[in-house]
Amino acid sequence: MSYVPNTPEEQQAMLESLGLSSIEELLEPVPSEVRLNRALDLPEALPEPDLKRVMSRMAAKNKHLDAMISFLGAGTYDRSVPSVVSHLQRRSEFVTSYTPYQPEVSQGMLQAIYEFQTMVCQITDMDIANASLYDGSTAMVEAVLMALGPGGRGEVLISAAVDPQYRQVLQTYAFARGFTIKEVPVQDGVTSQADLRAMVQPTTAAVIIQQPNFFGCVEDMKAIEPIVHQGKKTAFVSVITEPASLSVLATPGMYNADIAVGELMSFGNPMAYGAPALGFMATKQKYMRLLPGRLVGQTIEEGGEQRTGYVLTLQTREQHIRRERATSNICTNQSLLAVGATIYLAAIGKQGFRDLGELCVQKAHYAYRQITAIPGFEPAFQRPFFDEFVIKCPVSLSKLEQRLEQEGILGGYNLGESYPGMDNYMLVCVTETRSKEEIDLLVSVLREVQA
Amino acid sequence: MSESLIFEKGSVGRRASNMPSMDVPTEEMDSLLPAEFLRSEPASLPEVSEIEVVRHYTHLAQRNFGVDTGFYPLGSCTMKYNPKVNEDMAALPGFAHIHPLQPASSVQGAIQLIYELEQYLAEISGMARVTLQPSAGAHGELTGLMLIKAYHQQQNQGHRNLVLIPDNAHGTNPASATLADYKAVEIQTEPSTGGIEMEHLKQLLAEHGAEVAAIMLTNPNTLGLFDANIAEIGRMIHSVGGQLYYDGANANAVMGITRPGDMGFDVVHFNLHKTASTPHGGGGPGAGPIGVKEHLVSFLPGPLPAKNEHGEYYWQEQGEESIGKVRANLGNFGVLVRAYAYFRANGPDGLRHVSESAILNANYLRHGLSEDYEIAFPLINQHEFVATARRQKEESGVTATDIAKRLLDFGMYAPTVYFPLIVPEAMMIEPTETETRESLDNFISVMKRIAEEARTDAEIVKTAPHTTVVGRLDQALAARKPNLRWTPGQEQTH
Repeated sequence: MSYVPNTPEEQQAMLESLGLSSIEELLEPVPSEVRLNRALDLPEALPEPDLKRVMSRMAAKNKHLDAMISFLGAGTYDRSVPSVVSHLQRRSEFVTSYTPYQPEVSQGMLQAIYEFQTMVCQITDMDIANASLYDGSTAMVEAVLMALGPGGRGEVLISAAVDPQYRQVLQTYAFARGFTIKEVPVQDGVTSQADLRAMVQPTTAAVIIQQPNFFGCVEDMKAIEPIVHQGKKTAFVSVITEPASLSVLATPGMYNADIAVGELMSFGNPMAYGAPALGFMATKQKYMRLLPGRLVGQTIEEGGEQRTGYVLTLQTREQHIRRERATSNICTNQSLLAVGATIYLAAIGKQGFRDLGELCVQKAHYAYRQITAIPGFEPAFQRPFFDEFVIKCPVSLSKLEQRLEQEGILGGYNLGESYPGMDNYMLVCVTETRSKEEIDLLVSVLREVQA
Repeated sequence: MSESLIFEKGSVGRRASNMPSMDVPTEEMDSLLPAEFLRSEPASLPEVSEIEVVRHYTHLAQRNFGVDTGFYPLGSCTMKYNPKVNEDMAALPGFAHIHPLQPASSVQGAIQLIYELEQYLAEISGMARVTLQPSAGAHGELTGLMLIKAYHQQQNQGHRNLVLIPDNAHGTNPASATLADYKAVEIQTEPSTGGIEMEHLKQLLAEHGAEVAAIMLTNPNTLGLFDANIAEIGRMIHSVGGQLYYDGANANAVMGITRPGDMGFDVVHFNLHKTASTPHGGGGPGAGPIGVKEHLVSFLPGPLPAKNEHGEYYWQEQGEESIGKVRANLGNFGVLVRAYAYFRANGPDGLRHVSESAILNANYLRHGLSEDYEIAFPLINQHEFVATARRQKEESGVTATDIAKRLLDFGMYAPTVYFPLIVPEAMMIEPTETETRESLDNFISVMKRIAEEARTDAEIVKTAPHTTVVGRLDQALAARKPNLRWTPGQEQTH
């Protein structure tokens, strides 16, 4: 299968028009010393029908969530996505365009991103937002780099209740950039305020708290905020991995976060084994010129009718202008996923967004009541939660997972994988996609396991 | 006509989509969550019906130009055709609807795909091992520099703090160097060959060799020229203890012809959204896998896919030397599925044919434009080349921007302009292999016409575009009075 349209005869004619007889003459600049003088050792080309067969078979080896009842979240959430989203998001004018460098022929993408930036502000109650970042974890790192400033040195505090993968990523960047990280301990499922109070120094660059945190518990952000701002220059970074929570919980704007970052993939985009994801960043107006990544702004035509239009703006912040003095190296971002999230939020709208949060809360709490009523299955923490909660199980999780799998259920996340001593603790996620019947099935299997 | 914002459409109470039914017994929200933890006002999202959503975003799509719309010669971006079958494969539920924390036994096909794609990329690049974790090219650059840093620290060479970067490099290169806590040092371009100024490099290495961590190169470079000294450059860098980083932005020129590993590079990144035909999506998502030579494998981010003696795939954690994860989860899987489909569709001969055809198309365009436009380096180029508007600017004040804008009137996208920075009035042109000869001929004739207009009717070029949904926009105003979001009651214009 080849996507090269010109035939060998046409290519020969093109070569002749250049006064050449073979392609080889165009390869002359490549010295023989570095030439590959053999064919690449790769599988032979497949015609499209064969390719489809091969890849469909590979896909069929995966158990997907349409064929399972999933109670697995832990940073990646199953969402009910309206059909309009993918139909519109897959319009090839969006899909096959580049970063909108020529605004006159890119108004569609630019306006969609401007709408995205607005919606991120609407759901977070922050002043401004950028056009997207790779994922929630790298968005969190970008927030830290923003707080650290050009030198990149300083100390950052991160709650141990932040997603373990996010903390690992921060560690990697700290190694490269040269800043230091201290972890704030967790007490009874939430960040220890006493420890935090003792750890925040006047020089602390940023404090990172996840809301709801990795255990699903709602942090008392209003109580945490003044502790963070003990440090006069300390940025309060709020991480949101489950964006549906923004529907009902107090927003980063309400609790005076300086930077809100997180993950919006579940809003309209396929889960796709966790990525491409959709990192977002929102902040206060006063930090506008410190924001990393693309920004779309509204403007008017230079002349003529002065019609409204949209452009990439404040580009002097970015790597292609500022080069080694840029505070971020991001170029390619996640625009198409931002378009998906924008269409999703437009489609569910103001009321749907409210309903989304309530569905998550009610269904998760129903599941919680049913599960904790089974002898032996105990809540790990007595804390308010959104759509995830931790259950201490009376049997080994690996055994339990196998039993659940037989019933077509994908169990929750085994916290023992990232928290020592939590081997039988399951992080159960119940989003709006789970029905009562499915929850009841989970409960009946757990009850039977216990018996 | 401007298209109003989605926020300006609809009316109170309208909505497009229903949520699932509330089929569980409910309790009062404030009995489940303390009042002080709750949001006070609902988010002021749009209130629009389904037909309004559909028409609005359809209109926005129509106001956007993609490869499917027309010729897109944006240099260094490799705007090739994005095969539709790749989209279908990525949408298969077995790929699109799987959770990153599912047990390996339930995602054997996904891990297999990643495992095999890694091997293809290792073979194409001549590297020992690949990680598919980085999200885009710049992310790959940073990851690669982190590997070099970790390696040097292990070798007790942690003091090395310089990264050499040619003056024609992508802006991400120096920005990535800074993020990895290195100091970027610029190397000059040799004015006749467009390659690295070897004397300058020698001098830099003589003075600072012991401090050099790495050199970052794109080959063919951003001028579209293959640096014939590459093997010698490699020996020079290695002899002072530095590492070679290959920016794979231009890998579309080398598949099956030469390999970064054989050129002497230690680390390479690919932009799968360029070379492997995955769509750019208006700015992303991309994927920026990196390949490394054997001495750097233990530093790669983990986990890496592996296969046991029973043919089962699993994720293998990396050892203590690993730099650690560079993002959550396992890489931009949806993009990787498309890239996998592309490599399987093309096969080894097909990939070489891709690169050769990309080179042919680019040389054909350079030849076709050389009468009317000054070419920055009138040499055999590889997959792209840099034409300039110097002559037009001198003769009639028509700039590269003007020409770019005028091209839009003819139903085609513009080249990359004013890059590389070392060429005044640069127009960097990359046609890719997926353009027909007619499409190339059409571009040449339009460019000739614009050159003619510049001579006879410069105003029409200087005020272009004339046929687009909006004319030239006031960039200065956008930056001076930034309006980055809609607010209720906001007027359409400033």
